[in-house]
Amino acid sequence: MSEHLTREQLDAAAKVELEKINALPKPLKPKDKTAIPAQPMPQLEPSYRARVMEEVAQGYTEAQAIVEANRCLACKNQPCVESCPVHIDIPAFIAKIAEGDFKAAIAKIKETSLLPAICGRVCPQERQCQMNCTMGKMHKDVNQAVAIGRLERFAADYERNNGGATVPAVKPATGKKVAVIGSGPAGLVVAADVRREGHDVTIFEAFHKLGGVVRYGIPEFRLPKKIVDNEIESLAAMGVKFETNFVIGRTRKLKDLIEKDGFDAVFVGTGAGLPLFMNIEGENLVGVFAANEYLTRANLMRAYDKEHADTPMWPGKNVVVLGGGNVAMDAARMALRLGAEKVRIIYRRSMNELPARKEEVLHAQEEGVEFCVLQNPAKILGDEAGHVRGMLVDKYELGEPDEKGRPRPVKVEGASFEIECDTVLVAIGNGSNPLISNTTPELSVDKKGHILLEDATANKTFMEKVYAGGDIVLGAATVILAMGEGRRAAAGINEFLKK
Amino acid sequence: MAKILFKKQMSSAVYMFRVEAPLIAQERKAGQFIILQTNKDNGERVPLTIADADTTEGSITLIFQTVGKTTTELSKFEVGDDIPVLVGPLGSPTHIENFGHVVCVCGGVGIAPMHPIVQALKAAGNKVTIIMGARNESLFLMKDEMTALADNIIFMTDDGSYGRKGLVTEPLKELCEDTKGKPDMVIAIGPPIMMKFCALTTKPYGVKTVVSLNSIMVDGTGMCGGCRVTIGGKTKFVCVDGPEFDGHEVDWNNMLQRMGAFKPQEQESLHRFGANDGHKCNIDKMADAKAKESK
Ligand SMILES: Cc1cc2nc3c(=O)[nH]c(=O)nc-3n(C[C@H](O)[C@H](O)[C@H](O)COP(=O)(O)OP(=O)(O)OC[C@H]3O[C@@H](n4cnc5c(N)ncnc54)[C@H](O)[C@@H]3O)c2cc1C
Ligand SMILES: Cc1cc2nc3c(=O)[nH]c(=O)nc-3n(C[C@H](O)[C@H](O)[C@H](O)COP(=O)(O)OP(=O)(O)OC[C@H]3O[C@@H](n4cnc5c(N)ncnc54)[C@H](O)[C@@H]3O)c2cc1C
Ligand code: SF4
Ligand code: SF4
Ligand code: FES
Repeated sequence: MSEHLTREQLDAAAKVELEKINALPKPLKPKDKTAIPAQPMPQLEPSYRARVMEEVAQGYTEAQAIVEANRCLACKNQPCVESCPVHIDIPAFIAKIAEGDFKAAIAKIKETSLLPAICGRVCPQERQCQMNCTMGKMHKDVNQAVAIGRLERFAADYERNNGGATVPAVKPATGKKVAVIGSGPAGLVVAADVRREGHDVTIFEAFHKLGGVVRYGIPEFRLPKKIVDNEIESLAAMGVKFETNFVIGRTRKLKDLIEKDGFDAVFVGTGAGLPLFMNIEGENLVGVFAANEYLTRANLMRAYDKEHADTPMWPGKNVVVLGGGNVAMDAARMALRLGAEKVRIIYRRSMNELPARKEEVLHAQEEGVEFCVLQNPAKILGDEAGHVRGMLVDKYELGEPDEKGRPRPVKVEGASFEIECDTVLVAIGNGSNPLISNTTPELSVDKKGHILLEDATANKTFMEKVYAGGDIVLGAATVILAMGEGRRAAAGINEFLKK
Repeated sequence: MAKILFKKQMSSAVYMFRVEAPLIAQERKAGQFIILQTNKDNGERVPLTIADADTTEGSITLIFQTVGKTTTELSKFEVGDDIPVLVGPLGSPTHIENFGHVVCVCGGVGIAPMHPIVQALKAAGNKVTIIMGARNESLFLMKDEMTALADNIIFMTDDGSYGRKGLVTEPLKELCEDTKGKPDMVIAIGPPIMMKFCALTTKPYGVKTVVSLNSIMVDGTGMCGGCRVTIGGKTKFVCVDGPEFDGHEVDWNNMLQRMGAFKPQEQESLHRFGANDGHKCNIDKMADAKAKESK
């Protein structure tokens, strides 16, 4: 691991680079651009940050942002735009950053994306916008791609820290009412886009706080909650109404919103809130938690703030996390911050197949999380009090690729072994929560409970006046995909309400 | 937010609130519960059964026992105060039909949730026998309401200060053995230990026994998995699949162990709140006694 450089050191180095760039004849030649060093993200020092909730990635300085932006080749064929799920005009916004016009940069991003401060932080860029970046290809290394996500975050943070965004204009009232169920990224985006057209919008949220998974799942150290608050304040300023502590399907049926409460259209964005378990022996022992529960206690219920929070946290010292996605990384790193001495991630395939964002895997490793790959639990072992004391683990090897092209994990017979642990966090995925579909027979769902669409171009369901999007349609996906679906649904709703 | 319209202390540690919640009052059915918080930022989410509802007033009735930090803090709320977070109705309603003769066994604060169930059972045409248990007479909640509803009511106290002396399982066993009065169904609601022993009592007689599990919860909508219990070897979520389950299928040891998961932290939280007066709730006492027994 390379030596840790502070934000000040990185900034100083960037300023030197900037002088060199300024001295070159303009416009820069591709050769000059390729020679500019990729700017590392300033980060808190690993041994310090592993015990605090502070945001790990501190964000580019202005000098770093300008230097990084100067690496962009402004490619004609725009492979980056192609592989961003919402097709942000990436070269255009980066050009503005290179010019030092950060306000224009964020305005450009916001033509397409409504949550850049969030997506810039949490998108799996190495599999999206940065995957086919020409700069990365020239270096034959995806890590050398232009840091599009970091630049996007920089522009969004710049706006927030310099007076904030202007509240989007709202057209004159149309008298039409729209209900948005769920306040995750999908719901927030629908609310903004529909409200802009002058419709009356109410968001219904089961929890006491807004934001969905970006509030209760993704931890503070990766996405500070003040960023989520900021998005919600801006919706409130637009006149969006909020009904928290309101479970559609329980407090009120979806159908009643339309038939009794006079909503002209409804958007369902209830996410993928159903924790999956392994169905192995010992899974209900004390000390085994779904990552959802663990992270909700810590984030939403603020259990990390032991002095003030009433919600208790399990004091695990020797923690095993099952799974290899973002949820597993978050659970593992949260466990460290809550005082665990040893944290291991157990994953069936190899390091190459980990589905988590690459940066989170790196951060977890730097912070001391151990990766036990090609392993899978067979059984969780308990003591007389019914508490976890260990785990029986099977060994795996990689076999033939499956339908998705990922190598299939194959169990190695007779190679099982026991490990000790006092806590197990299960992060093997989320199914769709059936609360709404069970109480709304008019909605069609597939075998896994995902809501089916009649018209995918408008995210319209098979139920009249009802639209849906985000994880409840896609299965556990990503923030940017949920946002993209929200925008499509909002366009569909706005079109429908014109009639 | 939900305004408290009426407050009454029912015994030394049991309180009754009528709370403004018009939508919940309309939708709720017997067996369902709400989740509340006494503080939006730092509060814990605590489930309480909806003991009654008044759709005209737009209110629901909650009856709770002070056992820890949140319930103690809640007991200090007064009429006119707002409960900052209240959400519901949650859980699946009690399955009600004309079963014939139903024996309803309830103990302690479990008497409150039994009230709407007995109402619904009577409305469906059942004959209802109630067995009510408490440490002493002063702890019987809703004695008159329950007596008025039941075809037959049996009171049991630990000290014999009222009704018969002994545990609720004694008359339950007698009824199961009674060839003429044998129940078609038993519903037991109270401390987990009580429910466990009711289920054990009826099992040899093959009388279906429904219990209402009070596992630890967070969201109450099936999202976190914290409330899971083992029923007939399968994992179920109390907040959506329950809270009522077949008592003969419940893995009671696992259920009791899971309920104790956060005990040290809960005690610490109560300490911080400055309300620890050495009081120990019935559930804890029973669990402690049981723990000693099994050693
Ligand atoms: C721990 C974790 C880490 C993640 N990390 C990343 C990452 O790094 N990058 C990334 O792109 N994605 C990540 N994801 C995935 C991403 O957060 C989701 O894909 C995204 O939030 C989905 O948005 P959504 O709007 O569909 O639903 P959600 O964000 O799930 O929001 C749904 C909301 O609806 C509410 N709701 C549910 N049912 C009802 C009801 N009946 N009535 C009223 N309200 C209801 C819920 O309480 C919730 O607030 C992560 C997910 C988790 C859990
Ligand atoms: C579906 C359901 C319905 C309930 N209905 C009622 C009711 O009508 N009246 C009533 O008095 N109580 C009821 N309970 C129990 C009530 O929720 C707990 O007493 C309460 O959560 C304790 O909170 P506390 O902060 O005061 O105590 P804590 O300090 O949190 O805990 C004290 C003790 O209570 C138990 N407990 C803790 N958290 C919970 C929890 N979330 N759920 C259940 N038990 C817990 C633990 O065993 C613990 O030892 C119900 C529980 C459930 C699950
Ligand atoms: S592919 Fe890379 S270099 Fe080309 S325009 Fe996009 S960001 Fe710039
Ligand atoms: S939204 Fe995500 S994928 Fe698109 S450019 Fe931004 S970081 Fe890349
Ligand atoms: S309380 Fe979270 S799933 Fe039941």
